[in-house]
Amino acid sequence: MSAGDLATLVTLFLAIVVATPLFGTYIYRVMEGERVLLSPVLRPLERAVYRVCGIEETGEMDWKAYTISVLVMAAVAIVAGYVVLRLQNVLPLNQGHIPAQSPDLAFNTSVSFETNTDWQNYSGETGATYLSQAGVLAVRNFTSAATGMAVAIALFRGLTRRSAKTLGNYWVDLTRGVLYVLLPVSVVGALVLVWQGVPQTWEPSQVVHTLQGAVQTIAVGPVASQEWIKEMGNNGGGFFNANSAHPFENPNGLTNWLEMFALLLTASSLTFTFGKYAGNQRQGWTIFAAMYAILLVGAIAAMHLEYAGNPLFPSDVLQAGLGNMEGKEVRFGSAVSGLFAAMTTGTSTGAINSWHDSLMPLTGLVPLFNMELGEITPGGIGAGMYGMLTIGAILAVFIAGLMVGRTPEYLGKKVEAYEIKMAMLTALVLGASILGFTALATVTKPGLAGPLNPGPHGFSEILYAFSSQTGNNGSAFAGLNGNTVFYNITGAFAMLIGRYGMIIPILALAGSMAAKRPVAASLGTFPTTGVLWVVLLIGVVVIVGALTFFPALSLGPIVEQLLLNAGKVFP
Amino acid sequence: MTSFLRHQVYPAVALLVALTVVTGVIYPAVVTAVAQIAFPSQANGSMIVVDGKAVGSSLIGQYFNEPRYFWGRPSAAVSAADPNGYDASNSGGSNLGPTNATLIEHVVQRVDALRKANGGGPVPVDLVTSSASGLDPDISPQAAAYQVDRVAKARGMSVAAVTAAVARFTQQPILGFLGEPSVNVLELNLYLDGLIR
Amino acid sequence: MTAARSLMSIELRRGTRRFQRFVSLRGAKPGPTPPPTRGILDPEFLRSAIGPAFRKLDPRLLIRNPVMFVVELTAALVTLTWIANVTGFEPVRGPSGFGFQLQIAIWLWFTVLFATYAEALAEARGRAQAATLRKTRSETSARRRRADGTLEDVGSSELRKGDVIVVEEGETIPGDGDVIEGVGFVNEAAITGESAPVLKEPGTDIRSSVTGGTTLTSDRLVIRVTANPGETFLDRMIGLVEGAKRQRTPNEIALAILLAGLTVMFLMAVVTLRPFGLYAGTTVGTVPLVALLVCLIPTTIGGLLSAIGIAGMDRVARFNVLAMSGRAVEASGDVDVILLDKTGTITYGNRLAASITPAPGIPEVEAVRAALVSSIRDETPEGRSVVELARRRLSELGQPGGTGDQAGLDSIAATIAEEVPFRAETRTSGAKLVDGSHVLKGAVDAIGADLDRAMPREVLAETEAISDRGATPLALRNDGRVLGVIELKDTVKEGLPARFEQFRKMGIRTVMVTGDNPRTAASIAREAGVDDFIAEAKPEDKMAFIRAQQADGHLVAMTGDGTNDAPAVAQADVGLAMNSGTSACKEAANMVDLDSDPTKLLEVIAIGKQLLITRGSITTFSIANDVAKYFAIVPALFASVYPQLNALNIMGLATPESAILSAVIFNALIIIVLVPLALRGVSFRPAPASVLLQRNLLVYGLGGIVAPFIGIKAVDIVVSALHLA
Repeated sequence: MSAGDLATLVTLFLAIVVATPLFGTYIYRVMEGERVLLSPVLRPLERAVYRVCGIEETGEMDWKAYTISVLVMAAVAIVAGYVVLRLQNVLPLNQGHIPAQSPDLAFNTSVSFETNTDWQNYSGETGATYLSQAGVLAVRNFTSAATGMAVAIALFRGLTRRSAKTLGNYWVDLTRGVLYVLLPVSVVGALVLVWQGVPQTWEPSQVVHTLQGAVQTIAVGPVASQEWIKEMGNNGGGFFNANSAHPFENPNGLTNWLEMFALLLTASSLTFTFGKYAGNQRQGWTIFAAMYAILLVGAIAAMHLEYAGNPLFPSDVLQAGLGNMEGKEVRFGSAVSGLFAAMTTGTSTGAINSWHDSLMPLTGLVPLFNMELGEITPGGIGAGMYGMLTIGAILAVFIAGLMVGRTPEYLGKKVEAYEIKMAMLTALVLGASILGFTALATVTKPGLAGPLNPGPHGFSEILYAFSSQTGNNGSAFAGLNGNTVFYNITGAFAMLIGRYGMIIPILALAGSMAAKRPVAASLGTFPTTGVLWVVLLIGVVVIVGALTFFPALSLGPIVEQLLLNAGKVFP
Repeated sequence: MTSFLRHQVYPAVALLVALTVVTGVIYPAVVTAVAQIAFPSQANGSMIVVDGKAVGSSLIGQYFNEPRYFWGRPSAAVSAADPNGYDASNSGGSNLGPTNATLIEHVVQRVDALRKANGGGPVPVDLVTSSASGLDPDISPQAAAYQVDRVAKARGMSVAAVTAAVARFTQQPILGFLGEPSVNVLELNLYLDGLIR
Repeated sequence: MTAARSLMSIELRRGTRRFQRFVSLRGAKPGPTPPPTRGILDPEFLRSAIGPAFRKLDPRLLIRNPVMFVVELTAALVTLTWIANVTGFEPVRGPSGFGFQLQIAIWLWFTVLFATYAEALAEARGRAQAATLRKTRSETSARRRRADGTLEDVGSSELRKGDVIVVEEGETIPGDGDVIEGVGFVNEAAITGESAPVLKEPGTDIRSSVTGGTTLTSDRLVIRVTANPGETFLDRMIGLVEGAKRQRTPNEIALAILLAGLTVMFLMAVVTLRPFGLYAGTTVGTVPLVALLVCLIPTTIGGLLSAIGIAGMDRVARFNVLAMSGRAVEASGDVDVILLDKTGTITYGNRLAASITPAPGIPEVEAVRAALVSSIRDETPEGRSVVELARRRLSELGQPGGTGDQAGLDSIAATIAEEVPFRAETRTSGAKLVDGSHVLKGAVDAIGADLDRAMPREVLAETEAISDRGATPLALRNDGRVLGVIELKDTVKEGLPARFEQFRKMGIRTVMVTGDNPRTAASIAREAGVDDFIAEAKPEDKMAFIRAQQADGHLVAMTGDGTNDAPAVAQADVGLAMNSGTSACKEAANMVDLDSDPTKLLEVIAIGKQLLITRGSITTFSIANDVAKYFAIVPALFASVYPQLNALNIMGLATPESAILSAVIFNALIIIVLVPLALRGVSFRPAPASVLLQRNLLVYGLGGIVAPFIGIKAVDIVVSALHLA
């Protein structure tokens, strides 16, 4: 990679390091109902929302009530979204005779946005009306992200409250997350994007006459308002089919940097919020360090591999200094496109600024593995934290506790059979959905009809599809034709399992931990901060992920890379 | 059951409606209003207007194959209306994997075609690979340099003049590191045609 | 424990040297050695465990261990596949051949068998110990007192709680109970291994309880039975060391869940390889897939888990500590505050001479000699300690009568005309010399009482200083002349400060409880190196202290013996009762020390930690092993369709068949290799958690990744050389 690519990476990381404590503290204050700068403006709005919706602001929920609220909200939102997508052809704001989505596609799409996945089996320009985009999909971008954050906050409370029964109030957490955390930053972010060239208009497509005398229809729309929250909320659903590779979604190097910053910002900041809840910032920074160590190794590998180019290309193609440019945009370059691929899958964003299908095989391994780890580096808003804390911290602390001869404890709370059961359940749900659906697709006709590319790359496409949907990522090895009944339905279930199959056991775990009385720390307690703990956390996360997915990965990207090294192509 | 409806379902429905109003109506409306006032050109697609007529967007590439124009990147945004790609209402890439024989075949064909038009020398990779959006407005400075001789010849201009034009439309990375050096093909061609300055 | 005996026991148990080192840490009180036991690799045990190992293959028993149950299923599956192929019932598929399948089947059976063998071995060791104990429990007859006071002869098994029995000299005490009448010596060697008889008498908290199976060596005792047959301490102890009624501890259950979860995870990873293989264009054979599955699931820890638990209980029992449950042993590993009685636990409980200070103008030799003379006939421990100190000092001064100089001592003794025994009214004792003068020692005010003139000021200052240190001053005089002051001190047991230091390293805080005044308490606390103390403590103070600590999230351990300790012992997270204590206290405790040595708590804590560490380390090792196994088997599975995957065969294993076979063989053998470690426990040295973790991660984590690469390669070389695959 070039010096400029490296500078992009370094400045991005430094900006996140600076922003994390600031935004993390802000989130903590908001979620605990403390007064913040924006309170004079937003507090009346917040109060009005509670009044209208009959929400008792101080009513605390136990873990069961909290879970039921999350699920009811999801059900209501999925049904509502489905109805709108099915009727979008007759509803207003249909900019260009866009038809209704088919039942299976509408189901997939509605589930996709409610689960923070934003997997798109439709093309943004031709598959969704302005009403669908702004009134349903963009709204889900806010609510699904805020739901993830709410669940993480509930888990933080569970881990840090002493002998408590309740975890907070989902309606309040959700409302505050939307109003105070996501909305204000999105207003500013969206306007910066407009300034840099992202359209924001309700006008229909523009028709122009090109220099060579052709007619070009240029799709525009309320892009900027959706673009920012799509990144910041780790949603990733593009206004356009080409997603953040489209010049209107991501016009230049600055917006590209800002979008990467936006997708990392909240998830990273939540590590600090966690530190605030734990009353020990080192707890938060330790998680942060483990997340970024994994993320950056993958990111640097991806940048390097893409910058090296494709050895199968004829030797008289100039790749030096340019890299593998298939499916990439000149203004971003190959290395930073690789970086974006790592960032979008390390979080649960799934926005793309280059086509992952055309990445080099081992580069493709990076997003695949990021997603299969459960997107915890730093992961989706909230989802990254709760994934890291359950699959990573709880399991690591259990192993570590045994190895120092003490009943394992995390933040002073004993980790016992119930917690292990819940943590294992989340890990198993992830593996079962990814491997199970992939296996199903590889042996059924409709499944085999999906992949565009031959050979192991086709296998990677299927594996990627279910890794992405189970992980609620939404990015794709897009050669896969996903808009079939088979992929719409299996995908929707993968997304539901990946989302609620994790949220339910995690909230159960939060409830169980909340009820515990913390044990005092001593020299005999293994400290869950510091370098050793970071190493252990990384070790557990990577080894559990690698052991589950190594065989599948070896049949996809790994063998493809080996075949590529041997000069083999697939007809 | 009534308790469930009152304490779970009603708040869910009501809150969804309320948040839809806030984030689905008020938010985009506010952003649109401010954007249209503060950045009207960008907000409407950064259109390039020549003699009162929109000739394109400075952010959206166009298909060029005439020798007097600089050529952009191969585009997979192909449709019935735009068989040569650059369909700006149907963005997308080829999605061909790195070991796909079709991809290698395409690259070889494009290299051959470019060789015929531009002569020898290594062919910059961005001219033989499809862009991600199919609408990439840019080519690399290397790709521009590779075409200078052809354009100069076709236009009867000096190589130096064309090179200077290229330099003029070469966008350097913002702050020196954000983004790659790139040449905006449409603007360069408009300039060569004397339509913008 | 004498030095000779301790050396001998080390010789006897070469196999348990680590364990022995642990014993040698105990310097506090020369407690009894655990009864000598045979080494782990004693051939007799090795043989005796074979039969039970086969019996444990019964799937109905094995299903309690999901990991090994899966292995057994796969072993059966491969065996059936082999039979189907041999009989031509089904065509051979994949990298196989009959010999290959048969070998895999055999090694899978071995894998299960090794695991059941490890468990059987652990139980055999426990049974051997139980057998020794059971000998003492043989049916004896008892004389039960009827309501009318007459006696009847009944079998010991007919005794019920509340019965009153009479035991005569020379008889075996038929059951656990409290002495309610009589005084007598009881030989408890059968339980404690200590041959010196112990005095038992009614009423006193400490000395009133007797244990079934011990022998009355003098007099006659009337005893109230406190346990029904089958519920005595002995019964419980036998049950526990045999592992018969072993309940899985919470931690073990959590670990079992983790292991079951991992098994399911690997099951998914392996089962889906068949469809993935089909996509790639190959049918992966059942046998290789099964082999991969068994290699991946945590068979190492799954196979050794119950053996580790049984061996842990066994270790506790070997220290003559009766734990009421494995849970109690594990909980002791979590303790971070220990409450210790001063007397008997931290100090010897009797005051010993520490220094002799001459009065002004008196030569030291004269003061020392006077101290010697005053105590030469004093047989109390205090008196003997004064003699010992005086003689040591005389040697240092080069005077006759010093340590080892018997002639000198005799000549000093010859100056004594007669002994002046201690009398309550004078509160002094000493000797009348042949010259007619009286050399006396006694409390300072008693010595000063009939002096002609006042005590010298310097002497008074010295006595005050001694009192300040928490010690007791004794003054010396020869007739009217005050000669000096002896300091008697409550002495801290040897080696205790070092032990407390070790526990401090582990993050365990030691708190001393004493009835002494704060000044004295502080002084002893400083000397012993405890972290904190509670002075002028009343029994209810212990309870309050424990409650307060627990409210702050601490886990507290304490030892107790008296009835008034019982509530606190019950409240503590770990309560260790002395066997010499009252039944009430023992009922309240979750562990009973048969040797009645309070410092044993420290060993129990270490064993609790060691138990968890052993589990954790082998789990880590087991999981870390999987990395190498993937590199061995995955390229082999797809060798036919993707020969390029051989790049992952970094071990350079000879053929796909030998790679799979070698991994399976390694996977089976590693269980056997780790059996001694599982039974003995991983080495444990007191250290902060982060140091322990770092070390164990390095050894068992990193080691677990590296070891199988070497091991599988080595097996592969052998397998290829023997043309097994």
